[in-house]
Parts: sequence; C-alpha cells; structure tokens
Amino acid sequence: MTSAVSAVAPPRRRTGVGRSAVLGGGGGSRLFTTLCAVVLLIFAAIWAIPLLWALDTSFRPESEINTHPTSWWTSHPTLSAYHYIFANSDLATWYLNSFITATVTMILTVVVCSMAGFALSRTRMAGRRALMTLLVAGILIPGQVLILPSFQEFNAFSLLNTYWAIILPAIATPVAVLIFAAFFSGIPADLVDAARVDGASWLRIYTTVFIPLSRPAVSAVAIFTFVWTWNGFLWPLLVLTSTKLMTIPVGLASVQSAYGIIYGQVMASAVMGAAPLVVVFLFFQRRIVEGMSTTGIK
Amino acid sequence: MAVTTVTAAGATAGGRAVTTSDESRVPGENKAGWLLFTPFLVLYVVFLIGPAIYGVVMSFFHTTLIHTGLGSWAGGANYMEAFKSSDFWWSMWHTTYFTLMTTPPLVVVALIMAVLVERVRHFRWFFRLIFFAPYVVPSAAVGLIWGFLYAAQTGLFSTWVSQIGITPPNWLGDPSWALPSVALATIWWTVGFNFVLYLAGLQDIPRDLYEAAAVDGATPMQQVRSITIPLLGRTTLLVTILQILASLKIFDQVYLLTAGGPNFTSRPAIEYIYDIGFTDYRAGYAAAASMLFFVLILLVGAVFLVVSRRQQRGV
Repeated sequence: MTSAVSAVAPPRRRTGVGRSAVLGGGGGSRLFTTLCAVVLLIFAAIWAIPLLWALDTSFRPESEINTHPTSWWTSHPTLSAYHYIFANSDLATWYLNSFITATVTMILTVVVCSMAGFALSRTRMAGRRALMTLLVAGILIPGQVLILPSFQEFNAFSLLNTYWAIILPAIATPVAVLIFAAFFSGIPADLVDAARVDGASWLRIYTTVFIPLSRPAVSAVAIFTFVWTWNGFLWPLLVLTSTKLMTIPVGLASVQSAYGIIYGQVMASAVMGAAPLVVVFLFFQRRIVEGMSTTGIK
Repeated sequence: MAVTTVTAAGATAGGRAVTTSDESRVPGENKAGWLLFTPFLVLYVVFLIGPAIYGVVMSFFHTTLIHTGLGSWAGGANYMEAFKSSDFWWSMWHTTYFTLMTTPPLVVVALIMAVLVERVRHFRWFFRLIFFAPYVVPSAAVGLIWGFLYAAQTGLFSTWVSQIGITPPNWLGDPSWALPSVALATIWWTVGFNFVLYLAGLQDIPRDLYEAAAVDGATPMQQVRSITIPLLGRTTLLVTILQILASLKIFDQVYLLTAGGPNFTSRPAIEYIYDIGFTDYRAGYAAAASMLFFVLILLVGAVFLVVSRRQQRGV
C-alpha cells in the first residue's frame, strides 16, 4: 500500500458553485453526456463482474458448478458453501483477529501520531527541523525492505505469533503525523493563546481544543489505518503462522490449497473476505472519499 | 505496512505554523512538546529506524534465520553474490516489467473514469462504489476470485475467449501470460484509488473556466483536452509516482496467483527476497538484495523529484 500527503492543510475551501449545477448545459454537450454515461456503464459492468461472479458462484450447489461452471443461473440457490467454510475453517477466529488488530492499531495510531503532529506543529519544541527530516526519511523506506531485520527483531523479543507483531510496527506512521501536523497548523493561533491565558496545559490544549476540531483528519487517518491493517498481507504472513492467530487475508491464502477446486467454497471464502470492508465502504463512502481528497492520503 | 510520499507542500505545511520566534518559547513548552512526541519517537526508532540500520548491518554478515545474532562477517560477499545472481536480476526485471505494464493503464483508466463520472449528473455514488470497492478487498480474496476467473476450461475468461473462437491461453501457467494476467487483475483491483485522487483533483478546477469555454463554443471534447487534462497536471504527476512506487512493491498478487511461477518466470523482487530469506533462511544475503531493491526505489523517487521540480518551475 502506498500513501501520500499532497498539499494538505485544512480542507480546501470549495468555491460556492454547486457541483450538479454544472455541465450538461450547452448545445452539443447533451449528446456528449449521454455518450459518457454509456461508456461509464460499460466500465461499471466490467468492474462489477468479478465480485458479482464470486457472489453468484458462492450460492450455487457444487454439482451445478461442476456441470455448468460458467453459468450465472442457478435453480437451487444454497448457502451450503458458507455453512461448510464456517464449520470447517477458523473463519470466525480470523475475523476476530483482524478486528482486534485493526481496531487497536487504529486507536493507537490516531493517539500517538496526533500527539506527535501536535508537538511538531504547535509547540516550539527544540529540534523540530531534525525530527521532520527523520520523518521524511522514514517515509522513503518501504516496509517490505525491512522484513528480515524486523522479523529477527520480533523473534528476539519473542513476539512472533502475537497480536503485537501486527500492531506495534504499524503505529508510528510518519505520513499520519504529517497529516495531523498540517491539519493542526491551520487552526488559528488565537485559540491556543486564549487557552494558555486561561492556564490550560499543553496536554489540555491538545485534547480539548485540537482533537475536537480535527474530525476530518482523525477520521481519515483512522479509516485508512483500519483498512491497511485489515488488508495487510506480507508481514502477517511472516509473523502469524499459527492458524488460531491468522488474520483474514493470511487465513484466506491458506484456504485455496485446503479446498482445492471446490469453487463454491473458495468463492464463499472470497466473499466473506471481501464483504466486511465493502460494507464499511458502502456506509462511509462519502467520508472516505472526502477524507482522501482533503488529506490526499493514499 | 504503508509507504508514503509527501510532496514538498505537505512537508512544509507541517512546519509552517511554528517557525515564529523560538526565543519567545514559553517555559515548559519545549518539555511538553517532547513529552507529546516521545511515544511516537520510541516506536518509530524501535520499529522503523532501528530495523533499517540493522538491515544494513545484516547485509554485510552471513546472517541466518536459524540462529539468532548476526553470524560471521561477510564483507561485500552478499552484494557480490546478488550482482552475479541471474535469479536476482530476473526478479528485478519482473518487477520492472510489471510496473511498466500496470502504470500507464492505471493512470489513464483512472483519469477517464473520473472525467466521465464528473460528467454524469446522477448516480455518482454508484460509480464511485463500483470503481473503488475492489480497492478495499483484501489481496487474498482478489487472489481467490481471479484464480477462478483465470481457471483453465472452467474459468469465465477461458470460456469467453473460446466462445469467440480463439484458443484461450493458459493465463497463469504460461510464462509469457502469467505476469500480464496478474497485471490485469491488479488494474481491476487498484484503479479505484487513482480514480478517487483524480476526482479530488477535478474538484479544484474552477467551473467558470468550462462556462467561459462553452460560451466561446468549445466542444466538450475540446474542454477536456484543453482545460481538464492540463489543469490536472499536478494530480497526474502525483498519481503516476504513487502508482510506480506501488507497482514496484508487487508481491501479494503474484504470490497468490502464480506463486512466482511457472518456474520463477513471474517472481518479483520482493518474492525473491522472501524466498531467499524465509525459505533458504539466508537473512544476510536477503538483506543485501533488499538494499539493492531499495536503491531502485530511491532512484525512481529521485527521478520523480527532478521531474516535478522542473515541472513546477515551468508553471
């Protein structure tokens, strides 16, 4: 996964013009708009097929899949593949593991990185410039090139096959610090001065003034940390070898070999792996897209 | 683990508010700042900077995963071996080839999708959902679904191709098709991200430009070509570099769909490191290969920096 902070700072102010009021006007453009819609629908159909196909297959009885593997139609929809995978794999445990690791990582990342971002952008602590350089240096280092030393480290700490192996390395995310720092630096200094005059401590200013004002930054960092942690693959694959501790992606990767070509069950597993975050996205769509555009996270 | 890029604007924005007079520092402010920064710094040093330095050290030793500790001194032997290893260079080439195959479509298709979605008035949420949803699907589920789509005979793609009278290729089993097939799955999987970045970029284009152009009689196509695309230049630059860096880190999809096969013909650099380190337990050599791979990423990053500086100066 990759991420970026583009020109960050508090949400860009959008000039009044309503989005839907635009375009579509003017002579030849009605035809053009229709043409765009048609092309879009074709794209949408292509993009929807893989997930719909997985969903469709997962409801078909195995005998039908064997006789007509590429038919969309089923006369006997069934949940038997789902019953089977829940009864015969640790899917429920994997969900729990993913949920715990992603939630704890999300909370700790928001707390630790927002505190650091606050210190960098709103206190005149010594050494800010050096710390900023250190952050940017860290952004350049992909986690993938650190798998060997990190593995040795967790092995030495006896933390392999624990939730901590997933959580600890994910918390200190330099890009999250930069997002918070940029967001905080857009908050008026008068607020800080007023709170200082009232005798508030820096910790109090951080918790009672800055955090409540920073919901967009908090939710963007929280959502993306959750998604990244939930979907992490290479590192969990290395450090979680015990079936009881696997997260959803690592567990699913072990499924293919287990079910062989029983496609109904393979597709049911894929659907169960895809469903949680797709549903989350369905509900938080607006916030996720806005979070991405205001913070430029990838 | 997320890796990140910050444009110059983002990095300086963080420091902007605080550059005011250090001498006016309130007593205790420095202490408070460091207290708030310390939890991050500790985790950062222990789990990122530390391993990075240890990785460099390891690359000069015959470290193995079987024993703890560094093992015996190797000097430059690990690097020499990597330089001479054709397996290593092949894996670097597969990574590069994959990046070359995926970056142009992932930028262009995302741009087309965003421009089109911006044009329609209704059901924008629907298209956003369809295009972005695959991005939140875990790679393991993508592997299962596309493995089935690509299955010989029973797979959807093979059936479609046979229906139009062509003998379907062995998508994942043929050395010349394996990586392109993985690339296709990747385009489906991750285009939604670039699409949303482009949607965000489109929000920043002032509407009156289109209106003025329409008044002057510009056709919609001309508007796209002479307003939308040039004004999205910065976004395109950002999307392109992020995509290149993401594609260079290819591992999940290949590991899940082809396991690097057939006969290692689709094995990318990270899987080579993984194989050497975790199958052969040769951690020192794998660390050296990691460093060489890191140099490739840094070179790409440096090229990007030069290009973007030049572009910004040009504007």
